[in-house]
Amino acid sequence: MKSLTILGYQWKDLLRGKWIIGYSLIFLLLTDAMVRFGGGGPKAMLSIANIMLLFIPLVSMIYGVLFLYQSREFIELLLSQPLKRKTLYWGLYGGLALPLAVAYLVGVGLPMSYFGLLFTADAAGILLVLGLGTILTLVFVGIGFLFGLHFYDNRVKGLGFTLLVWLLLAVLYDGIILMVVSLFGDYPLEKVILGLSMVNPIDLSRIVVLLEYQISALMGYTGAVFNRFFGSSLGVIVAAGCLMLWVSLPAWRGMKLFNKKDF
Amino acid sequence: MIDIQGLNKSFGNQRVLKDLTLQIPAGRATGLVGPNGSGKTTLIKNMLGLVKPDDGTIEIDGVQLNGYEEYRKKIGYMPQMARYPENMRVQEMINFIKKIRGVESANEQHFIETFDLQPELNKPLRELSGGTRQKVGATLALMFDSELLILDEPTAGLDPKASYRFKQLILDEKKRGKTILLTTHIMSEVEVMADYIIFIVEGEIRYHGSTEDLIKMKKEQRLEGAVAKMMEEVAA
Repeated sequence: MKSLTILGYQWKDLLRGKWIIGYSLIFLLLTDAMVRFGGGGPKAMLSIANIMLLFIPLVSMIYGVLFLYQSREFIELLLSQPLKRKTLYWGLYGGLALPLAVAYLVGVGLPMSYFGLLFTADAAGILLVLGLGTILTLVFVGIGFLFGLHFYDNRVKGLGFTLLVWLLLAVLYDGIILMVVSLFGDYPLEKVILGLSMVNPIDLSRIVVLLEYQISALMGYTGAVFNRFFGSSLGVIVAAGCLMLWVSLPAWRGMKLFNKKDF
Repeated sequence: MIDIQGLNKSFGNQRVLKDLTLQIPAGRATGLVGPNGSGKTTLIKNMLGLVKPDDGTIEIDGVQLNGYEEYRKKIGYMPQMARYPENMRVQEMINFIKKIRGVESANEQHFIETFDLQPELNKPLRELSGGTRQKVGATLALMFDSELLILDEPTAGLDPKASYRFKQLILDEKKRGKTILLTTHIMSEVEVMADYIIFIVEGEIRYHGSTEDLIKMKKEQRLEGAVAKMMEEVAA
């Protein structure tokens, strides 16, 4: 119950900060523009998904790290109250991840509903993109918390690692895969590539989107392997399972760290 | 009473608390003094459970601290730096802590009036000056009528009027039988408020006893002189 109290107050604090409204507005403007000028078809959805895949991990991670750095004294004050550390941790995590997810859902969902796209045949794809954005928010706020706690006394390192991880997962990842493929093309690589895509939640989400939209040409190497290996529907299930692991592992690990940390 | 036995704490290679053993008597005020970086705040944080000891035990009123949080119901803590969520309003902050503790405040209004916080109640915390935030911190620490008050440099940043009132409040609380532990660099404050003094240097206790005895022992008129003498002896 006390977790919910913390969550509620944080929600209020974030909304008053207006920052999160800006975040939501960016998605709203982008989605509105995509649908208005690109039609509501899969093309618009894929563009939105591509932006979301880059933008959400970056913002969620940075916000997770910065939040911990900014709230040091507040966390200390709360820890000196009769409050379990676990309760505080989940309150803080939920109080940051849920508003961010809602901001994204409103930003993308609102234009979708006022253009009437939520009630067409495209609805499943739209809901999928909305769901994946929510999951990525949960994953990367968790990773942000983990880095923030790990480098609690070294902000530069904490932020540096955050940016590095984002760069690796979101930008350099495709290049790394290509390099592996071109260097070791003579060996059976399927399982290695499958393994590599499972360690990247951004790639997993992209594969789910592409499998849903059945665009094999755009799938990239990991997507094609996934498709061949699991087929469309099993592929989605496996990827979703991996994503669930990604939601729970960093957040859970962060909780463990929070529990034994000296503040 | 707080009973600390063989407390050790290191951060990396740095030993911050070295085998501390001490008792802080109930119903009295104790001043914890020492140079910067001597381990005062770490000691306090150990008592609050913010920092976990490497070794040793702490008992508060016969209950050993072991990660269980209930004992903190007895503690009112005022941190050195009062920084709160920027957009939260003062009244909201007070209500928030009440909800977290799960109790109503016995005398919230009394402290709001004492610290002239009435006109600030609806302002966001970011708009408050450092001193006013410190007053909010004092209210949060005192308003639950806790048996044990832990105050980390409480008057730093307070204006003379608030500082004077704060000291009066602490004296009142002491008369009502509260156990008070405070750190400060201002010796006249210790002299006014505290009966006992713990002098700590580099994580070791150099003096622990009544303030009067220390003054007599060092053949000084005032506590400030006695503590200064002790610091010089340590440096030599």
